[in-house]
Amino acid sequence: MNSTQKLTSVLAMIAAASLATVISAGPDEDSLVVNEEIEIVTEAKAPAHLEHVDTIYSGWRFRSDETQAVQMDDFDNPAMIFVEAAAEAWDTVEGNAGKSCASCHNDVASMEGVRAVYPKWNEAAGEVRTVEMQINDCRENRMGAETLKYTGGDMAAMVGLISSVSRGLPVNVAIDGPEQSTWQKGKEIYYTRYGQLELSCANCHEDNYGNMIRADHLSQGQINGFPTYRLKNTKLNSVHARFKGCIRDTRAETFKPGSEEFIALELYVASRGNGLSVEGPSVRN
Amino acid sequence: MASGVKPRVKVPKTAAAGETITIKTLISHKMESGQRKDDDGNPIPRSIINRFVADFNGENVIDVVLEPAISTNPYFQFDAVVPEAGEFKFTWYDDDGSVYETSKEIAIG
Repeated sequence: MNSTQKLTSVLAMIAAASLATVISAGPDEDSLVVNEEIEIVTEAKAPAHLEHVDTIYSGWRFRSDETQAVQMDDFDNPAMIFVEAAAEAWDTVEGNAGKSCASCHNDVASMEGVRAVYPKWNEAAGEVRTVEMQINDCRENRMGAETLKYTGGDMAAMVGLISSVSRGLPVNVAIDGPEQSTWQKGKEIYYTRYGQLELSCANCHEDNYGNMIRADHLSQGQINGFPTYRLKNTKLNSVHARFKGCIRDTRAETFKPGSEEFIALELYVASRGNGLSVEGPSVRN
Repeated sequence: MASGVKPRVKVPKTAAAGETITIKTLISHKMESGQRKDDDGNPIPRSIINRFVADFNGENVIDVVLEPAISTNPYFQFDAVVPEAGEFKFTWYDDDGSVYETSKEIAIG
């Protein structure tokens, strides 16, 4: 091998190496079908209100093949253990009104489409409500039962159950009706730098998605897959618990799960995923 | 002790005679290792599934000893040859003496 050949092969190796870096820096090309029947949209054109992102991707596309596979079959998806427990709770009479969820809502299949449009403006209450708030409203006012802890296991499981029957439907939260001021507030929070590290949601999930944050592959922070079974804590995690974790990681005082701020942020972040499929309960790191 | 324990198995409904099939099993169980301490600093006693057995028409297919380091909701996936129609029987043995059983029929077709 003469020196020119050597140089060429070295250059080729560098080119190959840098190409590999480029490929690993973005979402992968895999497509998601759950149980060989529910087709999940994991990539879509960004909704019109997004200024800095052209294409939106589900967090599933940023995970390793092994983690992705766990979500492709309900038997393998550990979140389904919690969903099954919630399905039992759905039929269980609780509270002094002698009712269960099923007494009014019949089969949980009637909840199809609900997860896709939440958080949603509630006209009677005059506020934006999350699925969690609706569940607790039902429990308190219709069942006469105790409310569930906002980010607790029972709540996450129930949201997971309600979410599971909407899988495959496009996320489509409304943002320009009476909920607009809440949405605006959420957007402000998204772009506000918090904590000693002075990081906003956008710094990681908009400016740097696809890059590594230490050993982790940053996603766009979409919440279409929530509640999410995380391998790190082997339980279902709610959206607000995740928000809290993120803000804590910026070394800031966080808002409380269920607070006005997090409800606004949830609405805004959900609207950034308008067009992706509902995926929850998903599996992530 | 053993609350919320529920065995789940996935076996194909039919197979060709002599075919190798994949079986998936999962039992929801806390698998308390015995190494942890509660809020008052007292050790939490060990409570795990210590043995898992699968039989086909009375013949043993797999027999597994589980140790405390195995994490919550133990999952097993394994292959088995199906020589004839019959029944898979799955048994999990709990530290507290409980035995959880479930079975699945498989037809030749």
